[in-house]
Parts: sequence; structure tokens; C-alpha cells
Amino acid sequence: MIRTAAEGETNRMTISQQTVSREVVVGIPQGLHARPADLLAREAQRWQSRIEVVGSAQRVDGKSILDLLTLAAEAGTRLVVEATGPDADEAVAAISRLFDRNFNDSEHQTQS
Amino acid sequence: MKFSDFVTLDAIRAHVDATTKEGVIREMVQALVDAGRISVDEMEGIIKAIMKREDLGSTGIGRGVAVPHTKHPSVNRLVGTVAVSPQGINFDSLDGEPVHLFFLLVSPPDRPGDHLRALENISRQLRDDAFCRLLKAAKTPEDIQHLLEEADSHGIVS
Repeated sequence: MIRTAAEGETNRMTISQQTVSREVVVGIPQGLHARPADLLAREAQRWQSRIEVVGSAQRVDGKSILDLLTLAAEAGTRLVVEATGPDADEAVAAISRLFDRNFNDSEHQTQS
Repeated sequence: MKFSDFVTLDAIRAHVDATTKEGVIREMVQALVDAGRISVDEMEGIIKAIMKREDLGSTGIGRGVAVPHTKHPSVNRLVGTVAVSPQGINFDSLDGEPVHLFFLLVSPPDRPGDHLRALENISRQLRDDAFCRLLKAAKTPEDIQHLLEEADSHGIVS
């Protein structure tokens, strides 16, 4: 599709300001430990949007495992995933899916 | 949680000889055995469990830091130690960088909260560039101990 430069710019601006957020719950019995934090950061890094995870006391960068670990989010903790950017919708959906599936976390089953 | 709540001072190593992932893990677990925190009979089982966890995904969390860990029924409280590799070790880190700072944790299976709070403390303190740099440059276990104490006293108590 051919667009004029002005139209393209307008569309980009409108889309890029989109912020989407969703509440998620940490369902993993061990909380958001290193493995799920790693998976979350990797998923977040796939998206162009800025992604933040908001806990009760702080707001951290969802693309940084170090940041995510500072949430010390135990099982049952409610967090908000917030994305701002052109793919905010898909990013929040993808990250929410990780929480819904408990990050396919098998660590607590495989460890002795 | 503070470093002093889980770091075994006698097991701190300022200059690991190991050059591989398993080597550094072995050296750190051995240090915990030597310090009397882990029974020598459990040593191989603990090393194996930590390596198994690494197979699920490296605990090299970036910034030259790794947190190898496992749960193990032989400990009744969170036990940890710190080691520095001045030359750096390939740890299959998330950012591909060699790892210089190691925080090894062994926790009782029924205490996931303590493990989370230890990880929180480590990651929060290591966001401080100066702290990372000074730890990497530490020459003796005493240097490391002092840095951890300083982080504990100036950090946010949680």
C-alpha cells in the first residue's frame, strides 16, 4: 500500500503512543524466581514496545531479568504488565499467556 | 534480606581457579563443605542438582553475574557463598558475556520465599555499577566481605 509521508507519520504517531496494560497473578508456587524471570525478559525483548511490570512498590523494566528479580513476587502476587508502543497489544497478550501457563515451569518438579 | 543473612563468610572465594561452569560450581560447593555448611556426603548430589538447573537455562543473568542455585533437603536454612573470577568464565549467559561474579545458593525445598528474597537482594545491589566494579576488582575474601557489609548497611532493608 502506498501512503504519503505525512499519512505514514500520523499513523505511526497514533499507533506508537498506544499503552496497553493487564493485571496478571503469579501462579508459580515458588514465585517469580530466576527461571520465569528469564522467560519473561526474553519474551518482552521480542517486542518493540517499552514493557514495564508494576508491583505494589515499584515499576520495573520487563526486558531486564535483574529488574524483574527485584520485584521478589511471591506466589499469589498481583502485577500489572504495561506496554507502550506499536505492538503493545500483542506484547501484553504474549506476556499474559506466560503467566496464565505458569511459565511452563517445570523446575519445581524436576529438582530434588 | 541482606547478604549477611545467607553468605557464608568462610566460603567466599576472591580468585577461583576454575575455568568452566561446572568447575566454578564445584569450587564453590567445596568451599561450603570446607566451611561446614554442607555435608561432604551431599556434595556430589548438590553439584549435580545445580548443573541440572543450569541445563534448564543459564543462571548467568547478565552484567557478568550468575546465580547458580538449587533446592536441597540436606540444608535447613538458606546457604550461600560468593566467588569472583577475575578472568571471567563462559557461563552461557543471557547476554553472552563472560561471568565474573558468582552467587551460589542452596535452599531448603520448603522455603521458596527466602530464595526469592535472596535473589531480590542480589539483583537490586548489582544494579549498582560501582558495586559490581568493586566486587570484580576485589583481591581478597575480606575485600568482598567489606563490600557486602557496605551494601547491607547502605541498601534498603527489606
